[in-house]
Amino acid sequence: MNDGPLQHLIRTLSTLPGLGNRSARRIALHLLNKRDTLMRPLAQTLERAADEIKECHVCGNLDSHDPCGICQDARRDQSKICVVSQVSDLWAIERTGAYRGQYHVLGGLLSALDGIGPDDLNIAGLKTRAQSEQVQEIILALAATVDGQSTAHYISDTLAGTSVEITHLAHGVPVGGELDYLDDGTITTALKSRKSA
Amino acid sequence: MRRHGENGAVVSLLTQHHGRQAGYVRGAQGSRLRGTLEVGNQVDAIWRARTSDDLGSLTLELDRSPAAHIMQDPLKLAALQSACALCDTALPEREGHAGLFHGMNALLDALQSEVWGAAYVMWEIALLKELGFALDLSRCAGGGDEEALAYVSPKTGRAVSAAAGAPYKEKLLPLPNFLKPAAGGSDEGDVLTGLKMTGYFIEHWVYAHHSAGPPEARLRFEDRFSSMLNSLSEELTVGAI
Repeated sequence: MNDGPLQHLIRTLSTLPGLGNRSARRIALHLLNKRDTLMRPLAQTLERAADEIKECHVCGNLDSHDPCGICQDARRDQSKICVVSQVSDLWAIERTGAYRGQYHVLGGLLSALDGIGPDDLNIAGLKTRAQSEQVQEIILALAATVDGQSTAHYISDTLAGTSVEITHLAHGVPVGGELDYLDDGTITTALKSRKSA
Repeated sequence: MRRHGENGAVVSLLTQHHGRQAGYVRGAQGSRLRGTLEVGNQVDAIWRARTSDDLGSLTLELDRSPAAHIMQDPLKLAALQSACALCDTALPEREGHAGLFHGMNALLDALQSEVWGAAYVMWEIALLKELGFALDLSRCAGGGDEEALAYVSPKTGRAVSAAAGAPYKEKLLPLPNFLKPAAGGSDEGDVLTGLKMTGYFIEHWVYAHHSAGPPEARLRFEDRFSSMLNSLSEELTVGAI
């Protein structure tokens, strides 16, 4: 194969997460076979998404509006802010339908070994939002990992001077989880976080 | 753990016989291994490589997870991250440090006890020794009373007695009580004194030629400990009023 547009398409597709060269070749052939019904609409959708989707300046969510749909929704509880690491975590919580408050996307976690410090995350924005009289509770929905919990402790310290209540998600046995199959760390945390039945 | 490619990562381990050993772990970013590859976890590891110079690949099995016990304690978590970051950045690769390995095990156990602060300072002193920067805290560098050691010389890392060090006390580092010959108990103030002392040698000796200086985790741990102590003393002052 020469180094033309086809090879360029395959190379670009193979840089996407989960795709190698073989999958990229299959996708390229599939797109070329459905040039009018799939390839052109897909190209238009990609271009439109690249032009229109932006980061919400309030919470860091991705949407075609700024502020995003969640921040603009007056029916949502304005007194609660759920702090998440990435937009994918926000989507995970939204999928549950169990939370109807606001969000704040940090854009990562503090990581000692990766050299990610507080200035690399959107913590200043959270501090500003926490000072609003409307906000009463900040829920730290961060990973139950060393980095996740270090970030949670750092945020708790940073917001210590404000009047908001700071809570975090429970750690322990997942729904449908059998004790025999759980790792020691999860069982230990679950025992430490036990509550009266 | 440093991400490598889409699913894998290059993971650094502190091993008993080979010191800091890195290797590629396939699927390290997947959900199955995520719990195993936490900072401070103890694992059974098998390292395989075609030649001894290769990066090689690691197969890991979780042995125990000390971080799970201290996840709710910000100071202990910061101490764990600091110790791991120091090992990761200060230790040369594939150079045996069995003493430090056992010291790390003891520190992980101590982090679940009440005397973890003093244990952490002792561990940093052991780290300095393993890296060739041993402190001599057994006798006075100025020929003074060995029973009344009070300072450490920042130039030599040797202890100095209270009398011999008095004229230079502004330039000397205070020696925490739990490291004195007639060692007493250690309170938080002593631990902070110890952290400042070892922190000085870590910065000026171990990381003297590292452009980035000591790891952020070590600096953050000392800051956090210091602010904890400040807030504690403020509470005591308010209580006394």
